[in-house]
Amino acid sequence: MNAQPMQTPKALQVTARGDREIVMIRVFDAPRTLVWEAFTKPELLKRWLFGPPGWTFAVCEVTQKVGERYRYVWRGPDGTEMGMGGVIREFTPPERMVGTEKFDDAWYPGEALVTIELKEQGGKTTLTQTIRYESREARDTVLKSPMESGITMSYDRLEELLKAVFGEDSHMN
Amino acid sequence: MELVSYEQDQRLDVTFAALADPTRRAILARLAVGEASVNELAAPFHMTQPAISKHLRVLERAGLISQGRDAQRRPRRLEAQPLAQATAWLERYREFWEERFQHLDALLVEMQNQDMQNQELKSNEMQKKETRSHKKNAASPKLHIKRSGDQK
Repeated sequence: MNAQPMQTPKALQVTARGDREIVMIRVFDAPRTLVWEAFTKPELLKRWLFGPPGWTFAVCEVTQKVGERYRYVWRGPDGTEMGMGGVIREFTPPERMVGTEKFDDAWYPGEALVTIELKEQGGKTTLTQTIRYESREARDTVLKSPMESGITMSYDRLEELLKAVFGEDSHMN
Repeated sequence: MELVSYEQDQRLDVTFAALADPTRRAILARLAVGEASVNELAAPFHMTQPAISKHLRVLERAGLISQGRDAQRRPRRLEAQPLAQATAWLERYREFWEERFQHLDALLVEMQNQDMQNQELKSNEMQKKETRSHKKNAASPKLHIKRSGDQK
């Protein structure tokens, strides 16, 4: 087995960048073309881009054309629907796509701009997903909204807190 | 949706702005291990006291540090609650997405196994084709020899 150079850690990193962005970085053990497919084909998206637990992926309309719309709708057990969609702004397989995002029942103000970038090295793909909200308030509303999650972790040391917020390069020199 | 008080709203915005600067993050890291005076905080950065004080005011406004009551030293202390609140929210967001990406991990393994299976199938087909054409080529020399034999 090859020794792996110390790059981006595999586990998902989420950071609040600037005043209106949320940036996610995650490494996948797969070539870029496969990760790109998983992000762009409906039959594959339905396998991982879940709504809340118990909800089904009812509508998954995708497009490869700039200027066209995509649409996702998740449906709950009692028939409640959560829909969202937007317009594709850039589409450059297998490295970059950009699209707008807005939820039918808007729970943050305005429209967001989502950028997905894939970089491959040594058979692994690093995903950088940047969501840029219209304002700081919009971004922070997203962060404050309840998310489905089983565990609440508690941190003892500030170093760990800072890493969670800003990633690996937040150490004091 | 959670009902969040206006004070908490402000604090989150201001907290992230305060944390956006690496010097301020380093100051917080230092205060995490104990309170310190302005001079003590300034020392590692080769910064003037007024420059550090500017950073300290930002951190104070964000509620991330407080001043001690010792009139002479006025040490700064870390107030972890706003930071813990901000990071708790980020952590929930992270866990939400990590759950989904773990399903994507499993899907990618499946896709790669499928690819390998398809490649094996292809190479089996290739081998079969090659075997057939070997047999074809092997047959011709016999015919050739026969013909030569016949001519004699």
